[in-house]
Amino acid sequence: MAHPVRGAIALPGPDDPALATYRVLDERGVADPARVPEVAPAEWLRMYRGMVVIRTMDERLMAMQRQGRIGFYGEARGQEAAVIGSAAALGPDDWIFPALREAGAGIFRGLPLTAYVAQIMGNAHDPGKGRQMPCHEGTRASKFVTMSSCIATQLPHATGMAWAAKIRGDKTVVAAYLGDGATSESDFHVAMNFAGVFRVPVVFVCQNNQWAISTPSTAQTAAPTIAIKGRAYGIEGVRVDGNDLPAVHRVMRDAVEKARSGGGPTLIEALTYRLGAHTSSDDPSRYRDERVTDEWKARDPISRMRNWLLSQGLLDAAGDEKLRADVDAEVRDAIAAEEGVEGPPVHSLIEDVFAEVPRFLEDELAEMTGSGS
Amino acid sequence: MRLSYREALNQAMSEEMARDPSVFLMGEEVGHYQGAYKVSQGMLERFGERRVIDTPIAECGFVGVGVGAAMVGLRPIVELMTFNFSLVAIDQVINNAAKVRQMSGGQFKVPIVIRGAGGAAHQLGAQHSQSLESMYTYCPGLKVVMPATPADAKGLLKTAIRDDDPVVFIEGELLYGMQGEVPEGEHLIPLGRGEVKREGSDCTIVAWSKMVHLALAAAEELERKHDLSVEVVDPRTIKPLDEEIILRSVAKTHRCVVVEEGWSFNGVGAEIAHRVQRGVFDELDAPIERVTSLDVPMPYALHLEDLVAPTVPKVVAAVRRTLYLDGGK
Repeated sequence: MAHPVRGAIALPGPDDPALATYRVLDERGVADPARVPEVAPAEWLRMYRGMVVIRTMDERLMAMQRQGRIGFYGEARGQEAAVIGSAAALGPDDWIFPALREAGAGIFRGLPLTAYVAQIMGNAHDPGKGRQMPCHEGTRASKFVTMSSCIATQLPHATGMAWAAKIRGDKTVVAAYLGDGATSESDFHVAMNFAGVFRVPVVFVCQNNQWAISTPSTAQTAAPTIAIKGRAYGIEGVRVDGNDLPAVHRVMRDAVEKARSGGGPTLIEALTYRLGAHTSSDDPSRYRDERVTDEWKARDPISRMRNWLLSQGLLDAAGDEKLRADVDAEVRDAIAAEEGVEGPPVHSLIEDVFAEVPRFLEDELAEMTGSGS
Repeated sequence: MRLSYREALNQAMSEEMARDPSVFLMGEEVGHYQGAYKVSQGMLERFGERRVIDTPIAECGFVGVGVGAAMVGLRPIVELMTFNFSLVAIDQVINNAAKVRQMSGGQFKVPIVIRGAGGAAHQLGAQHSQSLESMYTYCPGLKVVMPATPADAKGLLKTAIRDDDPVVFIEGELLYGMQGEVPEGEHLIPLGRGEVKREGSDCTIVAWSKMVHLALAAAEELERKHDLSVEVVDPRTIKPLDEEIILRSVAKTHRCVVVEEGWSFNGVGAEIAHRVQRGVFDELDAPIERVTSLDVPMPYALHLEDLVAPTVPKVVAAVRRTLYLDGGK
């Protein structure tokens, strides 16, 4: 089945969407009008706001990490368009399996900011009950699955969940995020292979931010692009400018529609750049030329989108200022609400290891704490 | 009804699939080939390709896919051709299936059964002869079940499929052809409940899976040749462990031998020995003995294989040591 984008768009250069990089906006935010997908004005603004939320909370939480108020943080700076453009193409019943830098996608679809902050604090409000390190947020209600630290293991899960949809005959689509480094893992390959063989409704979204900690994507694979890897599994691969929100949104929307209508999986490569460190535990100036980073700063996805919105009259300077102020207040309020909340109760230690707390765990806990429980 | 162990497993899966549409089976060769050990004989024909699924050869793939399907409420039974190959999927089992519930704060459950053959058969060498239960019982979040008889195989597998936690269900590779009486229909054995397979008063042997039969053979020989009365206790599930049934037996016999097919270092028997000495120290009249495999990868040559694995004479000798017979040797 042909990908809708393929028929609709004349691509420059090599005509394979897995090799070319699909773009709607240029680096200044000027659109190719023929390529802009049809989206309601309010929805464009909602997406723009989603990007601003990511930038704002990342800045604030990174600062808090530096102040020793939280233990760890992984920011998504520079990758906001890839996150929001893709997530916004999903329906409310679709599922997301995130990697490290997609918290914004969860928040965009309803994961409360307070729950996100609570997870980072590991406090009693954390839906994960203080069990995972920061940036491993997730709630069932937002159909946003808690992340596994082991790279790429979420990809077979996504294929399995999509398979469940197929077995049940419902119309759910599953989106699975990964980074460029994850494409070297066996789980990436088995997930792609199974998805191809069983033609399940899953969309793999690889944020190629060009760095896996200190390993550049050129040292990760000898393939010319990541999208081309889909071909080995009989899966369509599409490469898109990951800093171009309308382009990401269009490509993702096509892939989601295809999956939902039984056309099978797609591998999307969103080409972007990790502007910051891998995490708060990392210093990229030790291993990469930050002049390249500066070049990518000039392709900032938020500025590009902002320029386009302004040029279309969908946003004005005052509106933008107000939006940013609102987001800033929202993030501050969430942090203020969650900082200082007490930690989860001791007994929660032995809960959720099994469906019911087994007696041997009650006994062990009582032994260790020197009390009956 | 008299059934083989293999037929009992088939009956358990088939009954559960008929009862609950969310149960499905997947793995290598489970469909058209009817299973590498023919456990899924006839199931593809009966339940169709959507519920009996032949997969590409990638253990981490189909275990991972099973985890994902389980997170949204399906109940996958994942068949591994043998548990030796579960090591290819170990990240999906230990880092994912076992932890998803806990890491998500209880938001996602993983009601998956990961089943297949374990233990040594005959002359299959190092990568086909392993007993890996100590590895799986070591990790929180997994239940580990190892039935020894057709009746237990059916009753425990049915319970495992209905259980809301991931269950590692290790079948005895040499037990598939074994015949036994199996209750018809709704036969459910709770996880964590052992069974005394033979009553006795002089010494307790704790054994599971194939080793139960070795222990029973040793017990018979000890009675016949040495006039000793040996009790054989089969915990049936290693985790959760029915500690009480073991302690009760040892309190009665005052002696204990743990027989396992796995290696000695960090073996399940080490944990059981610890629990026995902690629980009924004052009842013990002799040090607890263990019979295990020799701590080497399994060789292929027949005479060497026999040396490595637990045997009836080794068990007999261990029981006699607990009774200070043979000069304590």
